[in-house]
Amino acid sequence: MNAATLELEKRRDDALKAILENVPYNRFLEVSVDRLGDELTARLPFRDEIVGNPFLPAIHGGVMGAFLEITAQVQLGWLQVSEHGAVNSEDNAAISGGAIPRIPKSIDISIDYLRSARPRETFARANVQKAGRRVVHLHVTAWQDQRERPVAMLRGNFLMPE
Amino acid sequence: MNSKLLYELPDTFDEDGTLIVGIPHSKDIGMRMHYAENGVAILSVPWAARLVGDPESGILHGGVVTALLDTACGAAVMARSKRPASTATLDLRIDYMRPARKGARILCRAECYRMTRSIAFTRATAYHDDNEDMVATASGAFMIDRQKS
Repeated sequence: MNAATLELEKRRDDALKAILENVPYNRFLEVSVDRLGDELTARLPFRDEIVGNPFLPAIHGGVMGAFLEITAQVQLGWLQVSEHGAVNSEDNAAISGGAIPRIPKSIDISIDYLRSARPRETFARANVQKAGRRVVHLHVTAWQDQRERPVAMLRGNFLMPE
Repeated sequence: MNSKLLYELPDTFDEDGTLIVGIPHSKDIGMRMHYAENGVAILSVPWAARLVGDPESGILHGGVVTALLDTACGAAVMARSKRPASTATLDLRIDYMRPARKGARILCRAECYRMTRSIAFTRATAYHDDNEDMVATASGAFMIDRQKS
């Protein structure tokens, strides 16, 4: 890869990192995000503090819901910066200069718990179903060992900042 | 979550005598239980900087509200007179009325209004102390295991 391509990729990674780590609660849950091109995968590491049922043991349903919501928000943040152009153009206008998009507001969400989440790393991906001018509808799926055996799913409407 | 834990884990009390919920994650975010009887439960989460969802406004993250609503609904199921052996969340739908105010604790009142052999239906409201600021409402369905008598 040439220097310009490397620089572009770095700027995209920096933008993503800023979107994620700007939010204290995301750091509190130690959520990270992997990116391949424009595909984002959120990761929730297992810690004893996120347990809801120590007898099984299983991750707290509230944490699983929160993780799905974080995945949705990061996807929406990414949607904003990638449309903005700063992370796509070769132009050095820096997104890393603090141009973090404002956080979309949750309007309503619906979470389905399909399986109990075991004490191990959890992954999630969001799919935008419709990006309207004000409201975005998306689906998020979380899984652990096997992607085809999801542990939880979220459907939600989010209000984009003006 | 398995609400059995609300009763079986060693709960502790803070200085003003409020029950600190013993579930590991609930304890980690400082969740308190104020009431749990007759299918109704009242719980709260104090505001904390590390739980903030928007650094610009300082409001708590929606995920904190989700954890509170989930735990409170589970507690309401366990607070029915015919207490089930355990519960597991099947689904939870949340409407966010307004962001939770910076610095203020969030309370949640949950009610289990119907229980069949294997499913419990709940609804809950999250609000601030003055009660006029409704933060969120939720409805949730829970799988239950009946006590073996």
